[in-house]
Amino acid sequence: MALTKVKITKQVHDLGFTQQESTEIVDTLLEIIKSCLENGEDVLVSGFGKFCVKDKPPRRGRNPATGDDLMLEGRRVVSFNASGKLRNRINGN
Amino acid sequence: MNKLELISALKKESNISKSEAAKVVQIFFDSMAEALIEGERIEIRGLCSFFVKDYKSYVGRNPKTGEKVQIRPKKLPFFKCGKELRERVNKNLY
Repeated sequence: MALTKVKITKQVHDLGFTQQESTEIVDTLLEIIKSCLENGEDVLVSGFGKFCVKDKPPRRGRNPATGDDLMLEGRRVVSFNASGKLRNRINGN
Repeated sequence: MNKLELISALKKESNISKSEAAKVVQIFFDSMAEALIEGERIEIRGLCSFFVKDYKSYVGRNPKTGEKVQIRPKKLPFFKCGKELRERVNKNLY
């Protein structure tokens, strides 16, 4: 089963917060991370990884259905770099 | 923003103590790391999802020397941006 917000909220609940407080705290944390990235700032978590905001330049693309050339606009995306420590732990060493 | 800044922002916005905020942030990233170590998927609505990808062994090259090297099979976490985050990050561009 995939890890979801429910499981994380439950662990926060175990710290002694009510169910509602736990949900609010986890939502607040998620909101902080999202608005940070939204403002173009990276989020760096040592031992886990780095969420980076990257600007992609505009590029020439093609409509796969019609084969027409078209220009794809530049966009901004979020990428993730796993820390070496996490990568090693995933690989079991 | 790093982990410490994340903790103090959470402390301020949730009105909880610094040690509580630190525990919450730790729980959040620890449970994600543990899930990935178990090979489990992660799905956090609006933020992102992760899964672990298996890579087979292949012959790579040392980019500096051009030497051939055998790369052993490995696992890497694969990140997918959530819909809400993707739209919010992109919207400030224009």
